[in-house]
Amino acid sequence: MIETAHNGPELAIASSGLTKRFRGGQLAVDQVDLAVPRGSVYGFLGPNGSGKTTTIRMLLGLAYPTSGSAQVLGVPMPQGAVQVLSRVGSLVEGPAFYPYLSGWDNLARYDAADRSVSARTARARIDAALDRVGLAAAAKKKFRNYSLGMKQRLAIAAALMVERDLIVLDEPTNGLDPQGTREVRTLIRQIAAEGITVFVSSHLLAEVEQVSTHVGVMRAGKLVFQGELGALRRTAAPRIAVRTPDLTAAAEVMKKLGLADPVAGDDTITAELGDVQPESVTAELVHAGIAVRALTVESPSLEDLFVGLTGEGFDVER
Amino acid sequence: MSNVELTSADLTSARPATSVAGAESPGSVRANLRFFSNELRITFFRRRNQLLLLVAALFPLLIGIGLKAAAPHGGGGNGPGSGSAAFFNQLAGNGVFLTFIALSLLLILVLPVVVAVVAGDSIAGEAGYGTLRYLLAVPAGRTRLLIVKYATIVVWCTAAVFIVAAVALVVGAALFPVGPVTLLSGDTVSLGAGLVRVLLVTLYICAAMAAIGAIGLAISTFTEHSIGAIAALMILIVTSEVVDTIPQFAVVAPYLPTHWWNSFDALLRTPVDTTTLWHGLLSFAVYAVLFFLIAWARFTSSDVTS
Repeated sequence: MIETAHNGPELAIASSGLTKRFRGGQLAVDQVDLAVPRGSVYGFLGPNGSGKTTTIRMLLGLAYPTSGSAQVLGVPMPQGAVQVLSRVGSLVEGPAFYPYLSGWDNLARYDAADRSVSARTARARIDAALDRVGLAAAAKKKFRNYSLGMKQRLAIAAALMVERDLIVLDEPTNGLDPQGTREVRTLIRQIAAEGITVFVSSHLLAEVEQVSTHVGVMRAGKLVFQGELGALRRTAAPRIAVRTPDLTAAAEVMKKLGLADPVAGDDTITAELGDVQPESVTAELVHAGIAVRALTVESPSLEDLFVGLTGEGFDVER
Repeated sequence: MSNVELTSADLTSARPATSVAGAESPGSVRANLRFFSNELRITFFRRRNQLLLLVAALFPLLIGIGLKAAAPHGGGGNGPGSGSAAFFNQLAGNGVFLTFIALSLLLILVLPVVVAVVAGDSIAGEAGYGTLRYLLAVPAGRTRLLIVKYATIVVWCTAAVFIVAAVALVVGAALFPVGPVTLLSGDTVSLGAGLVRVLLVTLYICAAMAAIGAIGLAISTFTEHSIGAIAALMILIVTSEVVDTIPQFAVVAPYLPTHWWNSFDALLRTPVDTTTLWHGLLSFAVYAVLFFLIAWARFTSSDVTS
């Protein structure tokens, strides 16, 4: 398989049964099987505390799994960390730098720790990375004087300093203003356009749905959905809602048409539309002499689906 | 699965041309030196550390001035304190002795603090800033990072001890007469031979400090709070010093990390009692190796959660 040897494996990230139980007994990540295709922009979603960051820490060899295995760019982790991580740029749980060093010196620090790069090209690489995130003017400023947005951008610059095959961004827009959020999105698009796989985690669906091709959704340590964004959309079953005073009669008509999951409210009854055309529902209702005050077809938004998968929030599940 | 069987050579050849091919072999020495020199620069250019060295350097100056003021007449009989008091009587006759006085006084607390701040901060400081996870994601390599950290601690100890010795030598020469050195055993050696002994004493104390540096490194791998690691190391050292003075604990005394520190005065006698010195150096080596291994075992097996 010459092709595989050259292009690497099909999956940039693959895990099977990846599990992390903290020393206290808490199950942070529970049997997660990730499949992140090469070249994709993978949105890794889930509310805070659902195990996203712990998963990312295991993928980067920072934490050791309790059981299960993970491969990054075809190399098993954490054993292959030193071998593979120089091809992986990452931003984990916010930026972290030395407050007493300048932005430039901070990048030089991380660059010096990397044994896969040459010292000769360091200056050019650091300048280019700072330039790319718009920090060239603040290069000599001490990190402690950076604004939150600048800190975040410096972290992204560090992730882009070396040519990468995979970029892992954990909550890259945390604490950013709307412009910053947009800049990050633009940057993700640029990175993806270069053919680099992007694995981006967020607790906000809106943040990644515009850029991602694939999504994985975490809830309480479990991966509850994984697939193309379109596949997630298709799971959204459109429902028909009928406002009528004759709820019982309308329910019978719907039952006759084979609509699933009828739910009756005060003056409205809804049901899954399935393959039935809405106009035939209208016709049947009118034919049965039911007073129809309003009839609508509702497709749940991606946001609704996301909340449906992850829960409403505020209720700590573990 | 073929992707699991990829050798590192395959991976290297698949890498883009911009990254250096064969990074594991010949270039790795250079890469390690680059990381090490960056670590040294960060350590020695950090303001806090520079202040620490400055304060350490001020002590021999103050001690020299104080002793000059207190003992204006040559060869006074009653030196202050006991133990290493023998040095004080020699100082009036020869400024070289200020080095031994300064080192033995600073060895009690000041030099251990200077070492503890950098050693205790080594891993815990990185964890506290969160830079540890990024260094490991670079990837710096856990063992490699630990080696670079300890090598830097050793350089730091050496620098601190040599700065104290050098300042003491200069101040001693400026304030007191300098000439052939009369040793504690009563023999007199030439100034050159005396300076060689100064150098040997300084190196011996460097070894002592490097040993507690390893203890500091080990403690540092257990916490994210560098202050905690620094304090723990200082408590350990002071406790060891106190226990060492209690006669009832004489059985354990030779195994204490601080027990052999003052044995350097063997170098100020003829013939030099090399057995004591080797015991001391062996103790330092055992402590350094043991605690580096503890640091390694801890650091390579634990999750980075900071």
